[in-house]
Amino acid sequence: MTLRIGAHLVTALWEHAEREHPIEACGVIAGPASANLPTRHIPMENSAYSPTFYEFESKALLRLYQELDDLDEAPIVIYHSHTSTEAYPSRTDIAYAGEPGAHYVLLSTREEIAPRSELRSFRIIDGVVTEESVEIIGD
Amino acid sequence: MSSESGASIEASIEVRIPTILRPYTGGAKVVSADGRTLRELIADLGARFNGLDERIMTDGALLKFINVYVNDEDVRFLGGLDLALNAGDKVTILPAVAGGAKNCGAI
Repeated sequence: MTLRIGAHLVTALWEHAEREHPIEACGVIAGPASANLPTRHIPMENSAYSPTFYEFESKALLRLYQELDDLDEAPIVIYHSHTSTEAYPSRTDIAYAGEPGAHYVLLSTREEIAPRSELRSFRIIDGVVTEESVEIIGD
Repeated sequence: MSSESGASIEASIEVRIPTILRPYTGGAKVVSADGRTLRELIADLGARFNGLDERIMTDGALLKFINVYVNDEDVRFLGGLDLALNAGDKVTILPAVAGGAKNCGAI
């Protein structure tokens, strides 16, 4: 599998992650349910306001899914940042992963690495993590 | 009304099923079930769709990875599994979207 994603969306994710640092940033990129292409960036509020945990606020989560349903969209990408560790799913990430069809994108804003150097994408299905390649496409 | 009127005539509560649980419902996105409380409704879901109840609650408690809403309100703020339900209520089940670098040891 490969995540194909527009360059402007990658930039938007980094901007969000850097704005929230050292709090974890989170959100989704929605797209038509029938296609595997993320098109619409929806930054979400991290209701945990934590450098080590994120959670979509419960009511906001419901509104998000109702909106996606109305528009016949799906959460193609579910992303969050790790602000002091690598961009790899933690046990917590794996335990919570509840969208078998989504690309789970992680970005690291930890200070030991070059800015915007670590963005990775994974499938997480039944507790099994599979990394996939990321193909950034022109806008 | 007889005291035996709990006999199901027609399931009266609409339940929206998230993608991850649709293998239990044969792919159905919306199903119907019955229950005087949320706990009974979830048990009825398990009776209709084998194993589905255990993906929503275990040991008498809602799983922390799952959000349940009744008429668009999160049941955690409404009384949880003991919440009384009425015909025509709409129930939505969604996986929580959460995670983070901290290892919670949940698995």
